Amino acid sequence: MSDIAIKTGRRSLPGLSPQAFGVAALLAIAFGVVPLVGSEYLFDALLTPFLVLSLAGLGLNLLTGYTGQVSLGSSAFMAVGAYAACNLAFRLPGLPFLVDLVAAGVIAAAVGLVFGLPSLRLRGFYLAVSTLAAQFFVQWVFNKIGWFSNDSASGIVTPPPLSIAGIAVTSPVGRYLFTLSVVVAVTALVWRLVRSPTGSALIAVRDHETAARVIGIPVLRTKLLAFAVSSFVIGIAGVLWAFAYLRNVEPAGFNLDRSFQILFIVIIGGLASLRGAFLGAALIVIFPLGLARLGDALLGGLFDSGVLEMSQRVVLGLLIIVFLIAEPAGLSALVDRMTRRITPWITPWITAGRA
Amino acid sequence: MSLPNILRRAFFGAVLGSLALLPAVAAPADEQYFPLQSYRVGPYAAGGTGFFGGFIDYLNLIDIRDGGVNGVKLTWDECETQYEVERGVECYKRQKSHAGIAAWNPLSVGIAYAMIDDVTADKAPLITINHGRTDSTDGRVFKYVFPLLLNPYSETSGIVNYIAAREGGQDKLKGKKLVVLYHGSPYGKETIPIYQLLAEKYGFSLEQIEVPHPGNEQQSQWLTIRRAKPDYVILRGWGVMNPVALKTAQKVGFPVDHIIGNVWSNSEEDVIPAGDAAKGYTAITTQASGAEYPVLQEIVKTVYGAGKGNLEDKKRIGSVYHNLGIVNGILNVEAVRIAQEKFGHRTLTGDEVRWGFEHLKLDPARVEALGAKGLFHSINVSLANHEGEGRVTFQQWDGAKWKVVSDWIAPDWALLRPIIEKSSLAYAKEHSLPVRDPAVEEATN
Amino acid sequence: MDLSFFTEVLVGGLLSGVMYSLVAIGFVLIYKTSGVLNFAQGSLLLFSALTFVSLIERGLPFWAGILITLAAMTAIGALIERVVLRPLVNQPPITLFMATLGVSYVIEGAAQLLWGTQVHGLDLGIDDRPLEISGVFVSTFDLFAAGVAGAMVAVLILFFRYTGIGLGFRAVADDPLAALSLGLRLDRIGTAVWTAAGMVALVAGLLWGARLGVQFSLSLVVLKALPVLVLGGFDSIAGAIVGGLIIGAVEKLAEVYIGPFFGGGIEGWIAYVAALGFLLVRPAGLFGQKLVERV
Repeated sequence: MSDIAIKTGRRSLPGLSPQAFGVAALLAIAFGVVPLVGSEYLFDALLTPFLVLSLAGLGLNLLTGYTGQVSLGSSAFMAVGAYAACNLAFRLPGLPFLVDLVAAGVIAAAVGLVFGLPSLRLRGFYLAVSTLAAQFFVQWVFNKIGWFSNDSASGIVTPPPLSIAGIAVTSPVGRYLFTLSVVVAVTALVWRLVRSPTGSALIAVRDHETAARVIGIPVLRTKLLAFAVSSFVIGIAGVLWAFAYLRNVEPAGFNLDRSFQILFIVIIGGLASLRGAFLGAALIVIFPLGLARLGDALLGGLFDSGVLEMSQRVVLGLLIIVFLIAEPAGLSALVDRMTRRITPWITPWITAGRA
Repeated sequence: MSLPNILRRAFFGAVLGSLALLPAVAAPADEQYFPLQSYRVGPYAAGGTGFFGGFIDYLNLIDIRDGGVNGVKLTWDECETQYEVERGVECYKRQKSHAGIAAWNPLSVGIAYAMIDDVTADKAPLITINHGRTDSTDGRVFKYVFPLLLNPYSETSGIVNYIAAREGGQDKLKGKKLVVLYHGSPYGKETIPIYQLLAEKYGFSLEQIEVPHPGNEQQSQWLTIRRAKPDYVILRGWGVMNPVALKTAQKVGFPVDHIIGNVWSNSEEDVIPAGDAAKGYTAITTQASGAEYPVLQEIVKTVYGAGKGNLEDKKRIGSVYHNLGIVNGILNVEAVRIAQEKFGHRTLTGDEVRWGFEHLKLDPARVEALGAKGLFHSINVSLANHEGEGRVTFQQWDGAKWKVVSDWIAPDWALLRPIIEKSSLAYAKEHSLPVRDPAVEEATN
Repeated sequence: MDLSFFTEVLVGGLLSGVMYSLVAIGFVLIYKTSGVLNFAQGSLLLFSALTFVSLIERGLPFWAGILITLAAMTAIGALIERVVLRPLVNQPPITLFMATLGVSYVIEGAAQLLWGTQVHGLDLGIDDRPLEISGVFVSTFDLFAAGVAGAMVAVLILFFRYTGIGLGFRAVADDPLAALSLGLRLDRIGTAVWTAAGMVALVAGLLWGARLGVQFSLSLVVLKALPVLVLGGFDSIAGAIVGGLIIGAVEKLAEVYIGPFFGGGIEGWIAYVAALGFLLVRPAGLFGQKLVERV
């Protein structure tokens, strides 16, 4: 899929660029202000799922956006992460949760590596459809083998309550802050990775495999690495989904629709853009809810709810299409254009603030 | 304005719009509110519209005919889940800020599971009629969860008891062969050990065969069944798997009247797509279908007569899901009524309604007084038993409607109780929950 | 091993495979000309079956139902091509794929908005009693479906061999640039292909609708067609047919003979694994098309 070619060389300003300033401001708000003013609804229904899905989008973006390998099986790796962490917590109760978290990510990475093997020979949609093998196989395994779900009669696993360093994290705001911290940490790592020589190797493989080989990049190893790292990140997202968001795990929660949802996040947010994952997730999580609320508020009295809901599905589909046509490079590109327009206005202000 | 611009505006507009709507409106003092996490789109919309339609129809009946429960008006609003867990959670978080919540009724196992921690913290009852977590039957551990009428284990026992009755007694089960065809999901697998237990107890041989989700292809499973030549096939299906099972059974020549459906394979939606292949198919139910019961007649007259009926297609009045919704409505409303007798004729808290559910005892006489004689049998919920000893009956599809073909049958609760308690106590330990002592609580209440 | 049972499973599998091919052909038609993996094929199927059934239930005769549905499918196919895909030309394939996902939301929503969420039975008037051929039970309906599929493929072949648009289609599929420089009207060919895909969706929708009943889950049959495409190639009608037969047979035989060792229910993924395994051994695919490694 060599034509997924999005320019990535746009971040070049040294020092505290407006961009870095923006990130710092966002982090300050997310850590400092939101926990004080947010409601339970905001944390549990909007922010936590938004953060988790952003992270999953980020993971897939490494694979699809940066390395050009399309996967339709992302939610399988979320499932692996979620189940791995649950089982570690059940079977090795002495282990600190953060160790579980990382170990679950590593297990997801290992599974990702295995299902990444076809990428050595297949490309494009052939590879994409092949990743569906991971999707269905993993779901089947967790459904079939009772051991993974701790032999729970119903097959739905309830993970033990989240607790970090002996402190129980049960409040919505606590779970939000934990999720936020993990997402920020992993995002920072991914950011380092994509700016490292390895990151360039990923992009080289995406843009032109033969050329990459010529300049000495080990193409096969790079592809597998992309699968592993991507699955690691998605696996971590799965752990958060299970422990911090829904607090229960069932195979059906990680179905094909979830994989498509993550892919939508990446495409709509913008390929090969870290920010894109967050923008895309914001749109995918918040937009349908906003649409539903708006529909209820404006037309609730006129139509019965079934008609309203189905119209929303139509509108959602239409908007996706319109969006893809109007802004195929994703929200990230849109934001870029906006910042470019705004930057001249605010740069003096920032410089003044620093002086 | 360029297209991206329009998009951007629309997006921010939608976000702002939704934020503006966030604060909930407090209910006046004399209202009891039912948050409905309904699903009217997506693959399961047919079931959702029927169930929530019936539930709303009954609430409407109480409001219009009686002016509410002892003057306390019933209110509700719907939040669409599309049967997706995250949407269900979002609905929960949104609707929970409403005052005077009576009970939650999501009609989805996944959503119900995701709510158990929250309803326990928020002290509001969670009703999972005919489905849900089997071990939540043990109300000593699951204080706020009610798998009313029928949990999956009781259903299993009810089906085997029915087959025994058809064969002429439980001793006749010996040497018979049963195949269970189950949906490849946690729901489908839940009863595997129970069928094994019953097979050992009654001495029938048993084969359990999985159909992978969604179940639109069952050739190999039915060929295996034909080779096994069982006396009965028990269908533990869901969605499209059911009609396909019936069609494929016909295709391999298995007699349809020896297929027995479980409680999620028992609706019109499960048989109509199979056409003639479904004629003679029998399925378990907790509530009879048909509109001849007085309570349905009143709904038709009072609610639909006033143009407030919830079903768009009036032909669906009295269908399986619609009647399940009505029975669910009766149980919810009666729990509120019973709680009101203790706590006063006012808006109750969720915890008070929970007390009402734990004392929800409707004997056949009371059921008749409610206009539901023959619609369902009775219920007897207690602190320790959140299921309430629901009876089951069996109905046969004649190509156009369901016809009841059995008496009310009682599952073998005593046999199942120890398994349930083992699981619930393990859950209590894992989650460090107290195990309530009925004697102590009844004394202090 | 019980030979007649084995034959029965095999024949059942092959006949199921024909049903998968029916869906797969719809994909191939579009992929061949525009390089789009059209995920909306499933919802097109749903829409066609639902429209047809609803028309019949409103008292229309069979042929009128077919004609109106056909007209609707043609219109929708052409509309998708014009409104959605043409503006997206030159975008990466993955973007096109996502756009067809968006299209499937629209069609599913619109279908239910238009005709309601109720489920329907669809009776094509074929009595599905098993037919016994020398001790082996064969489904009458599946035989009929195989016949219809065969006829449809024959029509498609004639169309591509002997009509101007069909020849243009092949030219475009072989080399779009050359076709363009020859002065072929690409847009007209695109519209024609989408129309053909709409018709294929109608045939597949009716047959699958009669098998499953007409309901929302009908759109899920695409998941059965995808491994067929991987095996047979996204761009080969012959591959779709042979691939369908192989996948159908492998799936059923595996479920019956290997499934029990794993506790059953392996049908959901075994087809994907089989297709994948085959490609790993023989990356050129079923028909040796050199293009497996393209895109």
